[in-house]
Amino acid sequence: MSKFKKDGKKKLPAISTASLPDIIFMLLFFFMVATVMREVELKVKVTAPDASEVQKLEDKSLVSPIYIGKPTKALQAKWGDEDRIQLNDAFAEVNEIRPFVEEKIAKIAEYKRKKHMISMKVDENAKMGIVTDVKQELRDANALKINYSTRKGFDAKK
Amino acid sequence: MIRETPEISAGSMADIAFLLLIFFLVTTTMDVDSGIVRKLPPPLDKNITPPKIIKRNIYTVLINSADMILITVKGQEPKPGNIKTLRRDVKEFLRPHYPDNPNFPEVEDLVLEINGRKIPYHKSKGIVSMQNDRGTSYKIYIHVQNELAGAVRELRDELSQQYYGMTFKELLKSDEKAAKQIQKAVPMAISEAEPADFGGSK
Repeated sequence: MSKFKKDGKKKLPAISTASLPDIIFMLLFFFMVATVMREVELKVKVTAPDASEVQKLEDKSLVSPIYIGKPTKALQAKWGDEDRIQLNDAFAEVNEIRPFVEEKIAKIAEYKRKKHMISMKVDENAKMGIVTDVKQELRDANALKINYSTRKGFDAKK
Repeated sequence: MIRETPEISAGSMADIAFLLLIFFLVTTTMDVDSGIVRKLPPPLDKNITPPKIIKRNIYTVLINSADMILITVKGQEPKPGNIKTLRRDVKEFLRPHYPDNPNFPEVEDLVLEINGRKIPYHKSKGIVSMQNDRGTSYKIYIHVQNELAGAVRELRDELSQQYYGMTFKELLKSDEKAAKQIQKAVPMAISEAEPADFGGSK
């Protein structure tokens, strides 16, 4: 004689799904907040080269990207198919780099300025000539910390 | 006559929320920017002449516009380099050789403070000098940079394993001061030559 004798006729109560929308909304808000839409529209095609000795960049607000590559197909008619520099969301010449760097640094809180970093997002097929020009300009602008943006997965032995 | 408005069913709310959720799930890119971090040398000061570096301490890696590598070390014929063996060769060059061996860079006496003990160490004065042409492709440039950084990182790892039993990366996280000692013993001795004008007039 068990005390907990099952009452054969009782059905399992259905689990309430009333709170399901709330759970989903919570997830939804998380992803809405976490989603970073690309701020700039890329006008050059950049396929980063692969490397293995990579470091992660932590604070995105301290990183200013410089894109170098060939203009995208749609823009090639107007801009040609030579490697070009893109700052913010426009094509730029080498001499525009210094004002660009100064403008970016001015936006950063003073005590963090030392950590400012330039991320070079250069297409793997670009030539070093233009990259060297940009690097020289960065040196003159005193933006010495740079990062060569890469993909993972390089193995020299292969 | 006023009709009662029927209640709107909230049953499909979950579906709508799901739809939005899936949209954001798909569009979210959690890509963190990663890459090879380098420090550029400050702009050249004309009043200061760069320090002379003895030929024996320099390992020159030259990349031409056809993406071919040439290695020059003192006392050896310049030989074509291979990206596959570059890391091993650079490691061999930068590894301190003591007592003094004329085929390798000079060594400098150094005292490391490890776990409170003073340990004498012989630091290699070797420097890897990298030079490239304007026509060199960025891809091979990054690959060479990667191998050079890898060589230094592996040397640091070896030292770090020997004294602390962990990789340099782990050491950097757990004990910054100790990591500084390792950095002092194995500096990131990679220098890039000042860009030269090849045939251009200025």
